[in-house]
Amino acid sequence: MIKERTDSISVELPERVGILMDRSAEDFLAKIRKRAMAGWKFGLSESSFRKILSVAGAFVLLLLLAIFFSLLIASFPAIRNFGIQFLFSSTWDPVRNEFGAFPFIVGTLATSFLALIISVVFSLPISIFLGEYSAQGSMATFIKSMIELLAGVPSVIYGFCGLFLLAPVVRTLEMKLGVAPYGVGILTASLVLSIMIIPYSASIGREVISLVPSDLKEAALSLGGTRFEVIRKVILPYAGSGIAAGILLSLGRALGETMAVTMVIGNSNFIPKSIFSPANTLASVIANEFTEATGSLYLSSLIELGLVLFVVTTVINLMGKWIVRRMGVGE
Amino acid sequence: MKRRSKMVKGLKLITIVSILFVFCGMGLAKDVELTAAGATFPYPLYSKMFDVYNKENGIKVNYQAIGSGGGIRQLINKTVDFAGSDAIMSDKELAEAPAPILHIPTCAGAVVITYNLSGNPQLKFTPDIIADIFLGKINKWNDRRLAEINPGVKLPDMAMTVVHRSDGSGTTFIFSGYLSKVSSEWKEKVGSGTSLNWPTGLGGKGNPGVAGLVQQTPGSIGYVELIYALQNKMPYGPVKNKKGNFVTATLASTSKAADTNLPDDMKVMLTDTDAPDGYPISGFTWVLAYKDLNYGGRTEEKAKDVVKLLWWMTHEGQKYAEPLDYAPLSKKAVEKAEKLIKSITYNGSVIMK
Amino acid sequence: MKEPSIRGRILWDKLFKALIVLLTFCSILPMFFILFFITSKGVSVINWRFLTHLPKPVGEIGGGISNAIIGTFMLIGIATVFSVPAGTLAGIFLSENRKGRLASLIRLCVETLQGIPSIVIGIIAYIWLVVSMGSFSALSGGLALGLMMLPVIITSTEETLKLIPESLREASLSLGVSYPRTILKVILPAGISGIMTGILLSIARVAGETAPLLFTAFGSPFMNLNILKPINSLPLMIFNYATSPYPEWHTLAWGASFILIVVVLGLNLFTKAATKKWKVQF
Repeated sequence: MIKERTDSISVELPERVGILMDRSAEDFLAKIRKRAMAGWKFGLSESSFRKILSVAGAFVLLLLLAIFFSLLIASFPAIRNFGIQFLFSSTWDPVRNEFGAFPFIVGTLATSFLALIISVVFSLPISIFLGEYSAQGSMATFIKSMIELLAGVPSVIYGFCGLFLLAPVVRTLEMKLGVAPYGVGILTASLVLSIMIIPYSASIGREVISLVPSDLKEAALSLGGTRFEVIRKVILPYAGSGIAAGILLSLGRALGETMAVTMVIGNSNFIPKSIFSPANTLASVIANEFTEATGSLYLSSLIELGLVLFVVTTVINLMGKWIVRRMGVGE
Repeated sequence: MKRRSKMVKGLKLITIVSILFVFCGMGLAKDVELTAAGATFPYPLYSKMFDVYNKENGIKVNYQAIGSGGGIRQLINKTVDFAGSDAIMSDKELAEAPAPILHIPTCAGAVVITYNLSGNPQLKFTPDIIADIFLGKINKWNDRRLAEINPGVKLPDMAMTVVHRSDGSGTTFIFSGYLSKVSSEWKEKVGSGTSLNWPTGLGGKGNPGVAGLVQQTPGSIGYVELIYALQNKMPYGPVKNKKGNFVTATLASTSKAADTNLPDDMKVMLTDTDAPDGYPISGFTWVLAYKDLNYGGRTEEKAKDVVKLLWWMTHEGQKYAEPLDYAPLSKKAVEKAEKLIKSITYNGSVIMK
Repeated sequence: MKEPSIRGRILWDKLFKALIVLLTFCSILPMFFILFFITSKGVSVINWRFLTHLPKPVGEIGGGISNAIIGTFMLIGIATVFSVPAGTLAGIFLSENRKGRLASLIRLCVETLQGIPSIVIGIIAYIWLVVSMGSFSALSGGLALGLMMLPVIITSTEETLKLIPESLREASLSLGVSYPRTILKVILPAGISGIMTGILLSIARVAGETAPLLFTAFGSPFMNLNILKPINSLPLMIFNYATSPYPEWHTLAWGASFILIVVVLGLNLFTKAATKKWKVQF
């Protein structure tokens, strides 16, 4: 530590400062002194600057409120016309101006939950592997990077690959099973979706598992438990709610996913009868029909679907993040 | 020192370049570009026409094929300069529009029934069979009625997958208009329009989407504009018309169907034609434009450009229709179109004298 | 009561580990598949003409994706102009106000913003800009993307600035530098790499977005440098071409996907490496 002496104050600074390893504190201080001597170019006082910062912060709050109210106001015609029945009616008939969200709610829930189940089969092992078995080292870094890259691939590319690589496979499967060989439908959409949401639950799961206190683990091991038993009886129960939060967050992601789903779900406005049926989700029907909703009730109904989507994903995301915060992760 | 100031410089550079882009863009606002949207039915023709027009006149026409429903919606919202549609605007839609809208025909096309069967056999269809297929009542390829009118073709014991449009479509309008004429059950259960409550099937986006799905799904059957079946080498079959003849969709048979009584406002459906060798599922496609082009802050210059384009599309542009198997407008149709174009005004005064 | 044999338990243990390892490696397979297919189908399409020419009319061979590439850049530029100043300032606010009701409320808003589905953001941009301006435009598309970049920039700015030691700020203040100058000329530059990383990450996130552009930027077959007009972008073009029935367009879409995925993954890997190298060490 260097002790720097000015006229009246003595300040301790770390020896190395800032992002650069090669800059010494002395150079840095000299630069600060130079600036202080150079006089203000900013006539700004502290309080007006703080006010500007608060405005910037409040701007975000106002933005969110504006988003919510824009959606609400634009959905008014539909809300007024259909009321709460909108959520349970299964007719989506633009010709007769009757709109109901039920088929899309079913489609959204079906694809999201199926995707969730499939993804947990993979993300939980990844969390355990990276959190417990192989937490450090190049193998861990490699796998971690690969998983994080999965999150970086654009949705439209997932849809493209799903359409051209996965759909033919599903088609062959359907032909073998004797079902209509659509190739697209709930199954294909869920498979693509599950790959997309793996990183979200995997990374949070990994963190909570690695945060399990080692004395707990060592106590179990010293009592003669195998690694498997330690995981099963100590780590998982302890990290259980954190893992659940991660799964919740990936659910939030799945609910709102648009492009990949639109390209492989088959675009049918009916309640799907089986996992091989085509369907539509809240997001995909908006993507398909928004630009051409002729008639303001039609457009307003689509925006109301957007409102429903907004509310549901917000609730789920905030729940997940709250649990994560309570477990002390990411701080 | 070096790395840090490089990063700050980098940040400053990005900010400056971004701001430059923004102002650059605003400065180039004089670039003439017409924005349009609508039907996928005539899209191959329009994209060729606009490409040629751009080369000859320097004016860009940005036409996004989002379906007739989309075109109508964007026109009502005044976000486009004109729309393309094979659907006639309903009274409800016209009431929503803030001003009168003209339907100017550009060509006629045919909606064909295309399918995916191994060997690409040529299948014949009758109106009631088509209606029952799309109603979901006929759902196997070796159905007795289909086999009866197609002797000599071995129809497989395969499920039939119907493919229809998922977006608001003028092609659907023409097709469902035809089905409503020939099947009272269809008229009652489903009706006609751009977006329907389809009893069965998969949805594809745009004519290309339907063509793509039929191409990829064995045993599927759908309806597309003729050019999409031709360009993708997909089979399509002759349909029995009102006079009892099985007619294949060609330029000639479409033109025969279009050779009918044309009202002044050109809002006429060509389906279920009386012409003995006319193809029964034909239809006009129109450019929809406001009668008075002073809307949404548009200038007179732009109005003139729109009118010039429309004139070109119905005259010199017609020669691009035939190679793409669209039926060019007959002399009578062109006359009616000219009258409509000449009635377009800007702020009340006629643009083209 | 019979105790499970130690051999049995060890067997289960080994089986379990094998299962875990198997499933873990299986889950990175899709990444390899995607990269493999896009590279094999896309790399052969890339040539000079592909990168510099405009798309051709339907059904004609040839054509390129130049307008989509430029469009993507322009949309990102506009989005950056929207989101970086506001986001950085908001991030500074949050890092300067660790506690406090307003700050916690704003943090909540940021988290909510981050979770909004991209299609809903597209609806908002449509209502706010497309309807009021009367036309589709790059500006509205840029706004939509900017709204998506905002929460990422705010969070990464806040996180980075929180890591800078108090002593730096105290040193500066004690030397008589005013508070605004301390923040902007001392603290902010110290955290610039973290902030740049956040900006790059958010760019990587929106570069591949399609849904919000469907009814804002709208697409265009022409080169367009005017932000008040519709514009094309790489993901939009991939979506339109992939869902068409024309094989030539499919090939173009593979090529465009290759470029997009190289750019996006490249940005992701770069920021990861950069964070490691420039991590604030104390």
